[in-house]
Amino acid sequence: MEKNAAMTLLSVENLRVAVEGEEILKGINLSIGTGEVHAIMGPNGSGKSTLSHVLAGRDGYQVTEGRVLYKGEDLLAMEPEERAQAGLFLAFQYPVEIPGVPTVSFLKHAMNSVRKAKGLNTLDAFEFKKIMDARLADLQIDNSMVRRPLNAGFSGGEKKRMEILQMALLEPELTILDETDSGLDIDALKVVADGVNAMRSPDRTTLVITHYQRLLNHIVPDRVHVLAGGRIVRSGDPSLALELEESGYGDMVTAA
Amino acid sequence: MAIVQETIDTVREATGAYKHGFVTDIETERAPEGLSEDTIRFISAKKEEPDWLLQWRLKAYRHWLTMKEPVWAKVGYAPIDYQASSYYAAPKSAADGPTSLDEIDPELLETYAKLGIPLKEQEVLSGVRNVAVDAVFDSVSVATTFRERLEKDGILFCSISDAVREHPELVRKYLGSVVPATDNFFATLNSAVFTDGSFCYIPPGTRCPMELSTYFRINASQTGQFERTLVIADKGSYVSYLEGCTAPQRDENQLHAAVVELVALDDAEIKYSTVQNWYPGDEEGRGGIYNFVTKRGLCEKRARISWTQVETGSAITWKYPSCVLKGDDSVGEFYSVAITNNRQQADTGTKMLHVGKNTRSRVIAKGVSAGHSQSTYRGRIRINPMAHGSRNYTQCDSLLIGDECAAHTVPYIEARNQSAQVEHEATTSKVSEDQIFYCRQRGIPEEEALTLIINGFCREVLQELPMEFAVEAQKLVGISLEGSVG
Amino acid sequence: MAGEPTGLLHAGGTASLPGAGNTWIDSLREAGARRFTGLGLPTRKVEDWKYTDLRALSGSAWDLPVEPADLANIEDDASAVLINGCWMRGHRPLPDGVELVSLARAIEDGDDVVRHHLGSVASLARKHFVALNTAWLADGLVLKVADGVTIDGPLRITLAGAPGAQRLAWHPRNLIVLGREASLTLVMHHVGTGDYLANLVEEVVLERGARLRHYRVQDDSPDAVNVSTTEVKVAGDATYENFVLATGAGVGRNQIAVELAEPGASVRLDGACLGRHRQQLDTTTVIDHAAPRCTSREAYRYILDDSAKGIFQGRVTVRKHAGGTDSHQSSKTLLLSGKAGIDAKPELEIYADDVSCGHGATVGEIDQDALFYMRSRGIPLEEARDLLIAAFIEGAVETITSPEVQALIRDHALAWRTRA
Repeated sequence: MEKNAAMTLLSVENLRVAVEGEEILKGINLSIGTGEVHAIMGPNGSGKSTLSHVLAGRDGYQVTEGRVLYKGEDLLAMEPEERAQAGLFLAFQYPVEIPGVPTVSFLKHAMNSVRKAKGLNTLDAFEFKKIMDARLADLQIDNSMVRRPLNAGFSGGEKKRMEILQMALLEPELTILDETDSGLDIDALKVVADGVNAMRSPDRTTLVITHYQRLLNHIVPDRVHVLAGGRIVRSGDPSLALELEESGYGDMVTAA
Repeated sequence: MAIVQETIDTVREATGAYKHGFVTDIETERAPEGLSEDTIRFISAKKEEPDWLLQWRLKAYRHWLTMKEPVWAKVGYAPIDYQASSYYAAPKSAADGPTSLDEIDPELLETYAKLGIPLKEQEVLSGVRNVAVDAVFDSVSVATTFRERLEKDGILFCSISDAVREHPELVRKYLGSVVPATDNFFATLNSAVFTDGSFCYIPPGTRCPMELSTYFRINASQTGQFERTLVIADKGSYVSYLEGCTAPQRDENQLHAAVVELVALDDAEIKYSTVQNWYPGDEEGRGGIYNFVTKRGLCEKRARISWTQVETGSAITWKYPSCVLKGDDSVGEFYSVAITNNRQQADTGTKMLHVGKNTRSRVIAKGVSAGHSQSTYRGRIRINPMAHGSRNYTQCDSLLIGDECAAHTVPYIEARNQSAQVEHEATTSKVSEDQIFYCRQRGIPEEEALTLIINGFCREVLQELPMEFAVEAQKLVGISLEGSVG
Repeated sequence: MAGEPTGLLHAGGTASLPGAGNTWIDSLREAGARRFTGLGLPTRKVEDWKYTDLRALSGSAWDLPVEPADLANIEDDASAVLINGCWMRGHRPLPDGVELVSLARAIEDGDDVVRHHLGSVASLARKHFVALNTAWLADGLVLKVADGVTIDGPLRITLAGAPGAQRLAWHPRNLIVLGREASLTLVMHHVGTGDYLANLVEEVVLERGARLRHYRVQDDSPDAVNVSTTEVKVAGDATYENFVLATGAGVGRNQIAVELAEPGASVRLDGACLGRHRQQLDTTTVIDHAAPRCTSREAYRYILDDSAKGIFQGRVTVRKHAGGTDSHQSSKTLLLSGKAGIDAKPELEIYADDVSCGHGATVGEIDQDALFYMRSRGIPLEEARDLLIAAFIEGAVETITSPEVQALIRDHALAWRTRA
């Protein structure tokens, strides 16, 4: 991979974020180049989820300082759906259940919304089904899953696979995996990792947010950052993840 | 999945909130304003009714004079002046009665075409719809399609006025047999002044080969519409019946007090679906239809009546489609979606009266309130002492959009038999912000996300509708909720 | 006939009642009398009373109670005993920080807390029996717990009914005030013989952070009518828990109204109604979510045998701005006889959108499959029935958070099966 030549896709500059008046992110700086895989690791309460939610545009967070550029544009000024249409995909830690909405309808709807925004033609039911079936086969997901209402009554593993299926369909430029590994057994973890790896290419960028190192055995990052106390306290190559596995977060949290 | 996309497209396309608000410019013959025995004699004479029916009407009227308008529903409106309305309005061109569909006033044909209702049979045959239509325009039935085709199977489908003339024995036997002329204030008023409506009789053992449908349209101003529908499914027969309604956009409130009676004899099945889209009034609550309707079905042995309703229109909705489960092993069902927005008020639900043994009922009611609207589910489940082994299941869910609206749930459960089983569940919540955000993160704009989620919420009910109506209803869900987010 | 004021209002004069001559108490009584004259006894045309038949109250003349001649035969070690609505005695030294006196005395003393709260929680509007009670407001008890005082063991109070020469009607009023962060467990036991109307009204005030566990065993005379009204105002972060076990009275109605007045208040209302013969057992509750982030839980169970009738009416109102409301209610009924019946009316009235509210109601007979299963394991039919009934009762009793009271109420409930 031509890491040095990578263009900057996402640039987070001195980002400070508060929730109900309490500062959670205290000046984050992060730059991710196109085609790179970055991992953000950190203990509970370090602000990992806050970061992913702010990037995706969820309500309830006050950005008090700093900015985020995505493809050189002001990401924070965009509506959540505009960010999605611009190729930002968040794989949720806790995907929500939407009773009564058939998964397949939802997928087609989402895909056509994104295509429309990109100026592509919308897919009819037949075209969509062909694409979906191919992705289902790639990910070894049973067809019956998409006929059920979206995430309703899905197991933890099924929900995470559904996230990966959506990622595969929407073909995002920037994927943020928010603790996608939490609550997964090793088989499900492999499915997720294989799905992400299959999509790895010079024009796809991934930000893996996780508490544990084990997902990074499967999705090997280019850079690892440690988030603690609302700040990135260390950055390094993948060996940093292994170091953390050995010694834990203790030292770095104190360092923060 | 095509349906959902279509819903979204419709929502996007729709610019005005209410699509059917136009007025047809047509010459109308109407009764003078006011209500008296003379008005009733006028209506009866216009319709060349036999004396027994006139007497039946007059009896109802005299009883009505002793009744008080009900006040228990959670709806509020200024007192209705029953003398300020006209009780009969008919397109002049219909006065002589069209003898064939070709003679129908082209203005009328155009009106129905605009509403998407095919009155020319050839249009229907070339299209996908397989529906026979009785079109009621103000006080009269202007056309009934496929009459001859249906008669080959012995099925009678015509306006109730025609039925009074052509099948008096059936009308006399069943009219008022389920909803007596003295039943309640609005039903009694209807019994006195009803003008037209649909009549349907399915002979024993016959499965009606197409959907039957009545399409109600209020056009004239300062009129009320009082139609009466009577559906009789003889032993072992089956019919699916659809009902749709629209009205022009006006500043005045117009009264619609209909009565629908269903009779399902032994082993018969009636599926009755309504998509109610009367003009709901404007954002400030000006105008709109007062929809005060009595609908009830009687089930004999092993019969089944299934009510499905999608209520999106009307300024005020007051209706409780009910089942009297008289015969052993009979089944009653009620599936309802009620959506209110702006200043609309809906008080709707059902009554399931379990009389026979092993009777079953199932109630699924979904209420969505937005804007400044108010929506109430009101239901009564009554298990009589002799209704051994009867079962009821009720689920009613309410969803609130915005903090200016209200949702109420008022169920009455009366169990008088030890072996009965009654289960009632109700929930009220708001549309989850997490769900909306999830959809938006996948690129779906907020208003579309809302429509998607609401359609999901209502799905259990919408899927009970015949296919053509289901699509229609899903579109309506989106349109009725326009402007309720943001 | 119900519907007219009946002799209930004219059983005697008010001039001899405690505190008579003081304007504040006279005008309170007058307001009650006026209201009751206007309302009369409720008929079934009154929506709140559509299922309960009060014909038992019609007919004969009524007397107000005079003190029973012989008290010696009432043995009780309760902290307080009311007989026919009159304060008889207090018992035992009370824990520090707890004050328990007769209402009559408190009125005569012009107690500030009483003057402040009496009639302020229980409103007269549309409440027929509160109006009647207010008209005759004379005695009862006043219970105060000082700020920060926690009383673990239950305080017990007995309310006994004894027959008079004529039918008696009494109208005791209890006022219970818990100060900030105070905590109390209270058990009230209703017993009696003969034909009477016990029309109890209780006003409960819980200040910020207080917790009252309020239990009632209603085991009145089978010929009696018991209408008990409990009206509660719950301040911020305070908790009110109520459980009623109703086995007595020909007509027994528990009406409980709780106002969750400030953020973080919570309530749980539970109970079991065990009815037989021609008993009517009625629970009518109103929970008013008047402030944000309050919680309510409600669970009632009915077991109805013979021609007994159960009535459950539970209304939950969520006012505008009471966002973050969390409310759930359930009622379950077991019908043991073909002539028994239940009327249930759970009701939600919601004016705020940020809510999670629900209710459920079920009616059924004993699970025939479970019965068969047990019998196939060798358990005789009657025993199997008893086991299943006990399990059903347990489902109610287990909601009681005081272990001591839970045991007491469980024993009482299980004994119901074996009594006549």
